[in-house]
Formats: sequence, structure tokens, C-alpha cells
Amino acid sequence: MTDAAQSLRRERLRALGLVLPLLLFVGVTFIAPLGTMLMRSVHDPVVADALPETLASLGEWTGEGLPPDAAYEAIARELVLAREERTLGQVAGRVNRVESGLRGVVTRSARGLGDVTEGPWREVMVAIDSAWADPGTWHAIRATGQRFTARHYLNALDMQQLPDGSVARQPEDRRIYLPLLWRTLIVSAGITLLCLLLGYPIAHLIAHAPPRRANVLLVLVLVPFWTSLLVRTTAWIVLLQTQGVINDLLVSAGLVGDDGRLAMIYNMTGTIIAMTHVLLPFMVLPLYSVMRAIPGRYMDAAASLGATPTQAFRRVYWPQTLPGVGAGSLLVFILAIGYYITPALVGGSSGQLISNMVAYHMQTSLNWGLAGALGGILLAGVLVLYMLYDRLVGIERLSLG
Amino acid sequence: MNPGALASGQAPRRRMAGGIPRDRLVRFAYLAFCTVVFVFLVAPILVIVPLSFNAEPYFTFTEGMLRFDPEAYSLRWYREVYESEAWRGSLVNSLVIGAFATILATVLGTLAALGLASPAMPARRLVMGLLISPMVTPVIISAAGMFFFYSSIGLGQTHLGLILAHTALGIPFVVITVTATLSGFDRNLTRAAASLGAGPMIAFRKVQLPLIAPGVLSGALFAFATSFDEVVVVLFMAGIEQRTIPRQMWAGIREQISPAILAVATFLIAFAVVLLATVAWLRRRGGSPRPNR
Amino acid sequence: MNRSISDSLWRTLVSRCGRPGASCALGALALLAIAMPAPWDKAAGQTVTTVSWGGSYARAVNEGINIPFTAATGIRVNVEDYNGGLAQIRAQVDVGNIHWDVVDLEIADAVRGCDEGLLELIDINTMPAGPDGTPAADDFILESQTECGVGAVFWSTVYAYNADNIPGEKPTTIEDFFDLEAFPGRRGMRRVPQVNLEFALMADGVPLDQVYAVLDTPEGLNRAFRKLETIKDQVIWWEAGAQPPQMLADGEVVMSTAYNGRIFNAQVLEDQPFVIVWDGQLLDVGQIGIVAGTPRLEAALRYIAFATSAQSQAAVGRRISYSPTRRSGAPLVTTHVEAGVDMAPHLPASPGNVDRALRYDWEWWVDNQDELNERFSAWLVR
Repeated sequence: MTDAAQSLRRERLRALGLVLPLLLFVGVTFIAPLGTMLMRSVHDPVVADALPETLASLGEWTGEGLPPDAAYEAIARELVLAREERTLGQVAGRVNRVESGLRGVVTRSARGLGDVTEGPWREVMVAIDSAWADPGTWHAIRATGQRFTARHYLNALDMQQLPDGSVARQPEDRRIYLPLLWRTLIVSAGITLLCLLLGYPIAHLIAHAPPRRANVLLVLVLVPFWTSLLVRTTAWIVLLQTQGVINDLLVSAGLVGDDGRLAMIYNMTGTIIAMTHVLLPFMVLPLYSVMRAIPGRYMDAAASLGATPTQAFRRVYWPQTLPGVGAGSLLVFILAIGYYITPALVGGSSGQLISNMVAYHMQTSLNWGLAGALGGILLAGVLVLYMLYDRLVGIERLSLG
Repeated sequence: MNPGALASGQAPRRRMAGGIPRDRLVRFAYLAFCTVVFVFLVAPILVIVPLSFNAEPYFTFTEGMLRFDPEAYSLRWYREVYESEAWRGSLVNSLVIGAFATILATVLGTLAALGLASPAMPARRLVMGLLISPMVTPVIISAAGMFFFYSSIGLGQTHLGLILAHTALGIPFVVITVTATLSGFDRNLTRAAASLGAGPMIAFRKVQLPLIAPGVLSGALFAFATSFDEVVVVLFMAGIEQRTIPRQMWAGIREQISPAILAVATFLIAFAVVLLATVAWLRRRGGSPRPNR
Repeated sequence: MNRSISDSLWRTLVSRCGRPGASCALGALALLAIAMPAPWDKAAGQTVTTVSWGGSYARAVNEGINIPFTAATGIRVNVEDYNGGLAQIRAQVDVGNIHWDVVDLEIADAVRGCDEGLLELIDINTMPAGPDGTPAADDFILESQTECGVGAVFWSTVYAYNADNIPGEKPTTIEDFFDLEAFPGRRGMRRVPQVNLEFALMADGVPLDQVYAVLDTPEGLNRAFRKLETIKDQVIWWEAGAQPPQMLADGEVVMSTAYNGRIFNAQVLEDQPFVIVWDGQLLDVGQIGIVAGTPRLEAALRYIAFATSAQSQAAVGRRISYSPTRRSGAPLVTTHVEAGVDMAPHLPASPGNVDRALRYDWEWWVDNQDELNERFSAWLVR
């Protein structure tokens, strides 16, 4: 008994010992980066570090009217300091995100204050820019001064925190993320459905073909699967552009006029076509493996019992393929909602998905907190689906062709 | 409609619609539909190949090409790629980063799969979920996180940083394929080896490794293909010294569309076919069709 | 192995292994990478990384400046491409990982970058005097001088079309660009608010001298966006300057806004039947500046001094139709080095081209760029 228990313990340690290096590796190279990104979505010390005294003197400010003179004095000093230490740009950028237009106010003021040696600071600041006589400016500074904030998540959900602390929806013309999130979900669902529609018959054909032919057909699915994503995207640009192969064919067949060429790329159509193509193998492969395991004699039995082919399919075949349908659909959906490259290259402006917005805030607007929040929301969605997949299918059975 | 029975050619021919048996019509429609889907899958890739020999700087078939005029075809884009320092450098970067990422992912992933295959492994499901998560996490999120984290530890804009990042992305593939091979592995074989006096290392090398080798190799190929095709992390983390082939293609598509990228694409298609053939061959050798199950 | 890479590896290794655990494992991996063959390691000497706008302009700069610079100084020039904006510079300074040294900037970005501390201050008097001894401060045209930027070129945004793809009557005015009925088909426009808003107002009938006054009011801004809205469905947004000539050649768009030099190069070097519509062109200045905190400051300063000399500016101007910002450079721009054509008729400021030109008000954009970037990108995805 103790021997068995001991050997079990040894076996357990051995197994752990084998897994541990990889676990550590993934922890450092993958999980820690995700953590950094999520941290950035709630934590931002830049303004708090650059303007500590300003923020302290704003602590006594009720939010009504203008802040005390001490705040003006402190910010005049700290802005000049921030300019010398080259953190001014970061401070200005952050304040600007709360109240658009303040980046210029902050940088201009710091430049203007460079030559001023003495107060009264309130008058000096207001003379440089009248925005300093606007409580809104100070609200923005106080808001960005919080080290930990839910602002980015509110922003990502098209909401904002008002100066009195209450949460409200963004004005109509500033609501872009929820509609985009919604669009991403709908488009992903549409692509999943398209993949199922296109993939089900061919998976069936391959699964029930004689082995030799099945192998050939399977290669037709696997070649695109193994081909570089960028190659496939390039291919669709070649095919779909205005002077592309498909439009040329349509024109020479007389189906459309030379001036009536179809716009199939750099819009949502392009995104949907190219993504369906890219994701189709992820649908076909799990369907195929499920279908292959269904013996033909079930259908024969159904037929011999008098079922019409439709009935036999609906009552006997289809239910047995449901695990494959579920696995394929979930996988395609998971991959689709996080897709970036294909929409970026063929989607134009109307074919963009939520990932492209994450990229935009990472690379162009540099609103990293917001990028992190959007990414966090997307990640949470994917995680839920991933756990669902694990529950229903089992992750170790992910299909790899 | 009953494709199941129809495909196996055993459909009952009871119903007739006009002169033609209805199920024959259905079967015809079904085959036609499948043909269209297969064309949809493969044609875009095939179209690239002839276009890469275009003598003109266009992305479409010229009249000369359609007349099979030899003048309309040329190797100029292949020459351009071959002579371009940027493309050659990117190939070297792709190979170096891919090779190191593959080695790391394969070694660590295989070890972990061996541990995961043990019935004694605690929290197996959770660990597995964690190890496979890089595969389902939207790559834009991974890339964003990696950009911050790797920059903060001084690995931004370095080959090492990219190698580590690509290793993380390739690991799930190794874990999945090797775990799949191992699940068909008869543990009694190791026990038999042990009872014959073989130490665990020898038992592993002489008994286990040869049996799981095909799974390990195809996992390695997947990991390599992942790195070789990866562009988002490279976009975020690479400087000009780390540009890879996909990064170069991205610039080619976004910024200076030139048929040269069709030449590169043709090369990558050939490369994909070779990879695919190798994996198929490994799978037959390993007798393990498991990842498909 | 590149020195900076191995340096950073060693730093990582040394600093991480003070503490045990996972971070030390990283360090061990760094060792492995150091032992790696390093085929990308080309030269141990000094290098400077310059960032330019890609395509034919980058080619002109490379031939006209970079190659002679390396020949003269032995400093190797790495060239990267970008499409304008401060984002990448901000990211490098924020994360503290600076790998760009010299950047070719739009003037509004040079001023904003200066205010934010992203760029080094450059004293114009440290730049070399003109060939006749005129001090740099007098040789550079005044409007091309800012605190952190040294004037590089005068350039302009125009719109152009492919004569093969517009049968019948051709567009001649900025109004025509927005006229989908007379000229149906897709348009190319740069994916930024600047220039597009000005074009929209001009096309909407605002006189040239009032464009910025109108833009400065909320109603005027709304008016500009409304005008853009009328063609939004038909616009393909480009980012890189090399895209418009490509899209015009492919017939992907019937007309596109573009940097005038790109169209010129396609005309004379590739014989493309492109036509520039100079009506309503936006005249602008390009500057070069240095990213703040670069460890290669000295090489970067040498590069800028070299690149903004009259000879260098003329060498660029004889390869692409952008004019020098030094008074002494202008007379040196004679003919195109390859095609031999006279450059003068192709320059934005030439009589005939400049009749209805709008001078880009970069000071207005310095104040409004961020806000409008946001509004524009929100407008785009809607």
C-alpha cells in the first residue's frame, strides 16, 4: 500500500517536473505580457508621477468653480519640470484623452511658462491660455491623476465618467466601440455560418469517399490550410480588385459593363470572402473527423426501415455530426472575432473589426490604456468561448489537419 | 435530401420526378456544389502562380498571357526578389527566428506532453488549457502585450525577443500533436523496458521516443510554420533588423504593391506543399491519424 | 551580432540573474542567442537610422543623400519607412526604446513633437552656410525653420487621375474630385484628416483665403465632414505615398489625392498617363528632425547637416519634383537626372501650377491635429 502511494507520488512529481519548464516558459513569455497589457488598462501613473503637488492641492478643491491658487502655482512649476524631463508629451496626451484639445493647452502653457519667473500664477496661466479658467480643464487633470482607473473600460463600452463621478453614456456621435463590437460578433457569426454551409457538404464528400479519392480531396483542403495567410490574402486582392481576375472575367463574359465593375474589396464584402476562405479548413477538418466515424450502415438501416432520405439525414445522420458542427463552429467563431490581418489588408474602412481598433489604439492614437481595455474585453469573450469549447469538445482534440 | 446515403451510392430509387430520378438530381446538385467549394478553396492559390511570371507590373492576366505568348511571361519578379537585399535579409531572419523558436518549442513542448500524458499529472485540464491558450488568444492581443512586456525587459527590437514570442505561439501545436501521439502509446511498453532493466532515460530513448517521433516532428513542423507565417507580433516588435518574410510581404501589400510579392507567394505555396507532404508522410509512418480525430 | 542587441542581452542577463527564477531562465536563453550565428550583423561601425516616406521619395533621398553621405563619412544609413504622424516616435520615447534617429516629418508634427519633448532642439546656426557663404539662418527660407526641424523640401498634395481611365471630359478643378455624377468611380484619399478637410471646403465653394477661418468654427468643421460624407462610400483610404500611383495604374480608383512628386515620378519614369490637377493643391514644407534621447545624436546631427545642404537638396530635387528649402538650392535643380526633363514645370510653386494653391496652415493643425485625428477615425468606422 505505502509502496503504491509512494510510487504514485513519485510519478506525480515526475509528471510535474516535466511540465514545469514549459509552464514557467509560457508564464514568462506569454501570460506575463498579457498581464502587462491588462495592467495598463487599469493602471496609469504618468500624470500622478509628473504632477504630484498639483494633484495634492486639487484634493481640497470641491470641483465647483476654480481650484485654489496653490494648484496654479504647483502646476506652473511641475509643467516646466515635466518639459525638462521630457514627460510633458505623455502628460499632455493623457489629459487630452479626457478633454479633447488639452494637449495643445498643456504643451503651449509649458512652453510659455519657461520664461516666467514669478506669479501671480493664476493670472499668468490664464493669460497664456484661457482654458485654465475653465473648471473642465482641472477636472480632466484630476481624472488622469488617478493611478488606478476604470476610465478605459468605460470608454471601451462607450461610456464616460462625468465630473460629479456619475457614469453616463457617451454622446451619440462618440459611440463607436459597442457598434463595432456588435458588428464583429455579427460578421463572425455570419462567417461561421458560411463556413458551415460550405464546409458541411465537402466534409461529407471526403468522409465517405473511397480512401484514395478522399486523400486527394483532403489535400485540396489542407493546401490552403498550410499556405501562408498573407499569400491567401494577396490572392484575394488579385482576384477581387476592380481590375482583378474576377471582374475581368465578368466583363469579358458580358455580365457587367467595363464601367460597372463590382467593388468586392476594401469593404466588408472583401473581409467576409477572404475570412471565409481562410477559416473554412478549420470547419471542414473537425466535421470530417466526426463524419468519418459514422458507419454507412446506419443510413442503410434507416432507409430499410422506410425512412425517406430527408428523414434519414435529419433523424440519423445530422444528430451524429453535431459534435463536429459544434467544434468547428466554435473554433471558427473564436478565430473570427479576434481576426486582424485580413480585415486590415482587404477590409477598407467599412470592413474593420474590433481587433483593428485595438491595433489603431496601439499604433496610431497610442491610447494604450484603451487598447488594453478593448483587448481585455475581447480576451474575456474569447476565454468564455474557449472554456465552452473545452467543456463541449475538449481542447486536446483541437483539429490540426 | 440525403447526401449520406447518396454518397455511398445506396440510395433507394423509389421517388421519380418526371423522367429523371429525383435522388440523381439531388446527387448532381450536391456534387456540383462541392466542386464549387473546392474551386473556392484552391483556385485563389493557384491563380497566383501564373501571375508571378507576368512580364508586366500588373496583378492581372495580360492579353499576351492569355494567348500564351512566351513574351508575356518572364522571371523578372523572381530576379527582383533574388537580387533584393531586403528580401534576402528577411528570408535569413525568418529562417533563424523560425529555427530557434521551433527547437525551443519542440523540446519544451515534448517534455511537457510526456508529463501531461501521465495519469498522475495533477490539474491536467487547467495546465493543458493554459499551454494551449496562445493558440486561441487573438494574436493582436498577444502582440500588444508582448510589445509592452518585452520592451520593458530590454528585448524589444531583438531577435531573441521574437524567438521567445514565436516559441510561445508555437508551443500549443507541439503539445497537441505530441499529446495526441502519446494517447495512443501503450504504457506497458515502458514498463516492460523497465522490467528488463532499462533505466528511465534509456527506456525513453529506445522505446518511447521512436514511437512518438512522428508526432514530435509534425509538431515541430507546425511550430515552424507558425513562426514562418507570423506577422502581427513581428509588426509590433521587430525593428528593421528583424524583418521577416511575412513582414516584408505586409509592406508589399500595404505600401508598394509589386508583383514581386507574387513571386514570393509562389515560393511560399511550394513551401507549404512540402510541409504538408512531410506531415502527411509522418502521419502515415506514425500510424497515428489522431490529431484529426 | 549587432552590438546594441548583444548589449541589451547582456544587460538583461546580468540584471535578471541577480534574482533567481523565471527571469534568470530568460537570461540563460539570452546566452543561447549570443552564441547564435548572426548573419544580419553587417558592420560594426557607426550607423544612423533615418525614417522616410518610402517609395520613389525614399529612393530619391537614398540616391541623392544617403549614398553620398556614407561615402563621405563612413556612417552607414539604415532606412525605415513610415507614413507620417508622431505615433511611432511617441511610442519609442514612452517605452524608452529608441531606435529611430532622424525622421522626415510633416512640419506640424515637427512642431508638436518639439513641444512634447519628442525631438531634439536644433540650432539652425549650426547648419552649414550656403555655397556663397550666406549663413544658414538666412539661406533657409524663413517659413521652413522651426525649433526642432530643419527644412528639407517644399512639396504639395494634389489630386491626379489616369487619363486612360477617364474617357471623355477630364476633371480640372477641386470640385470635380467631389463630383460623383460627372466623374463616377472610386477615389483615393489619405487616411488622415489634414488636407482632406481643406479639399472638402474648397470643393464646397469656400474661397481659398477663408478655408482656415471656416475650419476654425464648429460649423465649418461640420461642413467639411459633411462634404467628405458625400463621397465616403466611394473612397479607398491610402496610407503610404506609394499607393496612389499604384491604385491609379491598377484602375482601382479613377482619381486620387497624392504627393505631387509620386505622380511626377510615375509620369516620367514609368510613362504612366497620369495627369495632375493643380487646382486647390496644398503647399507644404517637409522637415527633418532628431528623435530626443537617441544614443546616436552626433551621427544624426552630421546626417542632418549633410542632408540639408544645397547640393543634397538639389540632388533630391533632381530626382523627384520637390523643391529645396534653401535659397541657394533652388537654382541647382535643373533637369531630372535620369529622364532629362526640365524640372521647373513640374514643381508645385511654378507659375501656372500655383495659381489656385492653398498654403497649408500648419499652425492651425498643430492646435487641432489630435482632436481631429480622433474625430476622423471615429467618423471613418461609422
